[in-house]
Amino acid sequence: MSAATTQTTAVGRFKGHGKTWLWVGLVVVALALPWVFFNYQTGRHSGFVLTMLSQAGMMILFALSYNMLMGQAGLLSFGHAVFFGLGGFSTIHFLRAAGNGTLPVPMELMPLLGGLSSLGFGMVFGAMVSKQRATAFAMITMGIGELVGASAIMFHSFFGGEGGVNADRMIERSLFGVNYASPVQVYYLIVAWTVIGVVGMLFLTRTPLGAMANACRDNFERAQFMGYDPRRVRFFQFALAGGFAGIGGALHAITYEIVTFDAVGAGLSANAVLMAYIGGSGTFYGPILGAVLITLMQSGVSLMSNSWLIYVGVMFIGIVAFAPGGLAGMIEIHGPIARAGRLTRLIVPYIRLFFPAFAVLIGFIGLVELMSFLTIGAAQGKTLELFGNKIDVKAALPWLVSLGCLVPGGLWLWFESRAFGRVWDRLTEDLKERDR
Amino acid sequence: MEIVLISLLNGFVYGMLLFMLASGLTLIFSMMGVLNFAHASIYMLGAYAAFDVTRLIGFWAALIVAPVLCGAIGAAIEIYGLRRVHHNGHIAELLFTFGLFFIFERGVQMIWGMLPVPYRVPPLLDFALFRVYGSNFPAYRGFMLLISGGMLLSIWLLLTRTRIGLIIQAALTHPNMVSSLGHNVPRVFTTVFAGGCFLAGLAGVIGGNYQITEPTMASALGPIVFVVVVFGGLGSLMGCFIASIIMGMIQTFSVIIDGSIADLVKGFGVSIPSDNLLGEILNVPGSRVGPLLPYALMILMLLVRPRGLMGNRDT
Repeated sequence: MSAATTQTTAVGRFKGHGKTWLWVGLVVVALALPWVFFNYQTGRHSGFVLTMLSQAGMMILFALSYNMLMGQAGLLSFGHAVFFGLGGFSTIHFLRAAGNGTLPVPMELMPLLGGLSSLGFGMVFGAMVSKQRATAFAMITMGIGELVGASAIMFHSFFGGEGGVNADRMIERSLFGVNYASPVQVYYLIVAWTVIGVVGMLFLTRTPLGAMANACRDNFERAQFMGYDPRRVRFFQFALAGGFAGIGGALHAITYEIVTFDAVGAGLSANAVLMAYIGGSGTFYGPILGAVLITLMQSGVSLMSNSWLIYVGVMFIGIVAFAPGGLAGMIEIHGPIARAGRLTRLIVPYIRLFFPAFAVLIGFIGLVELMSFLTIGAAQGKTLELFGNKIDVKAALPWLVSLGCLVPGGLWLWFESRAFGRVWDRLTEDLKERDR
Repeated sequence: MEIVLISLLNGFVYGMLLFMLASGLTLIFSMMGVLNFAHASIYMLGAYAAFDVTRLIGFWAALIVAPVLCGAIGAAIEIYGLRRVHHNGHIAELLFTFGLFFIFERGVQMIWGMLPVPYRVPPLLDFALFRVYGSNFPAYRGFMLLISGGMLLSIWLLLTRTRIGLIIQAALTHPNMVSSLGHNVPRVFTTVFAGGCFLAGLAGVIGGNYQITEPTMASALGPIVFVVVVFGGLGSLMGCFIASIIMGMIQTFSVIIDGSIADLVKGFGVSIPSDNLLGEILNVPGSRVGPLLPYALMILMLLVRPRGLMGNRDT
């Protein structure tokens, strides 16, 4: 909570230029992070951290490009991975062509090629889907996603079937004389292209196209009366979103040197929805938060537990039901209070909210883990360990402890959240009074 | 000829199973505007519940207990979940059921494990009903037809002959007018949602041992059911029925087609190599294209006629 608080005050205080400096600061942090986890004894980067950061970079592009549809144009797509994956497959083929000397393109421009190919695919599919909106749009994109996903397993010449297509990224052609042998060099390529992609998408929101996308989302009939064609707006938005997702896919191909049918699959398309919505689709930066959070959860939590899907599912449902603005919405809602300088009044209520919430979290995680070790863990021959102690999942004690955290914690949380609501209401009332 | 007749029968059985799922979904979708992503998860839940009840009591008890359980779960989802997010619009409702889909999939894995469970056809129905051209037609498939046909009849009677059915029919096409006339539309919504989930649960009970009861059965069948609903059209049970039968027939008939487009033109002395993508597409045998055809048909339908086969308004 304290991180979010300081961030909002920072935004509030340096309104205007402050936001630019925040973005620059984030890029500096992204550039420095591999060296924070640098092992000076062995002189090596942490492979796990680098992979995770690289993955986060691609997912930021993927989630932001998805939000060009969901947040900015109000179009719910269930097949966005098609463009991520097709960009990746195209890049793999470009890399192979570059490797045997038929394509004289330096490594640094490969993501551009991948993005352009996805832009092409986006125009083809965009022509098909742009007639629809709302649920019909969701269904037709789902259909395209299923079609391409199944084709990727069926056809070997382009998609490589079940095994996927691989390539060697050391194509010996670079603008800066880098051979991209080590992951850290690839990471900096990813940072560079993520920054280019983010700036490009931020720029698009300030263009007439971005404004018209918002208009068609809010009231497409009115936009039509004003003489704009919502179909053309949807077409351009869809194709461009595909292109930016393709850059992410190209980075995926360069990092892992292999692309399989998973990259166009329904699972990744669903991930785009989760990342953009959990992060917050109402703001530009929301999906970045979502992409980083989901990537951390996917690689961090999946190391410790195999039930990360249920945690993400519960978190997603909680956000849909209680905070439709996502994480970014929760930060934004503190804006007026921060500008009035009243944020300190919320510290104590937040601390009081923290303890029951923590108890509920512990109880819930405990129950989920006990349950999954009882069935899946037993089938895989694993045992549940906590701080080095083996826990018998068939004994009554761990179940009672978890339930004892969850049920009273839940009641306590309900009680505290009502009290928090009263504090919040009084604070916003005060602000309204003062404005009057 | 014989294979055509057998496929016709099997396609009809599968189509009726699809209709049991799709009829509830299309009622929910037409009335509430919510495309329930968790509908196939309820089907899966019905199959698993039937497996447990069959083990404890017996198959005939499962035939009643599991659908009622699924209906209760559906009512709970509508009252405690969808109503809460309703004021945020249809997208929020759709995303809510989308999240439920993940939780159900993982929850089923946590309770019953990752592997398929041995949910079998009851011994009483495990015999050959009749023989067509030397191959047996299992009695259980006849039983499935009986159940789904009986359900079709009772839905039809309920919708056309009872007062609640008339209100539901009116709410399908003119939901605002029905609420203006003083009917409790939220309660109608809950009833229809629970009823749809009851049907999905019933489909799970009779479909779980016809197919395989495993954690991926929801994600395998879910998209096909959406295709049926969109293809059949909003607000039309008849269109939904026709679409279900068409999809069932496509799925069973494509399996028996061995030829590809390349084989077709081979007769004219043209041979197509399969070393590039286009050649490969032309060389794929019909049996492998089968699973893709529903999606291709849905995309085509949305392009040509967005209201579906017999829909009364655009999707």
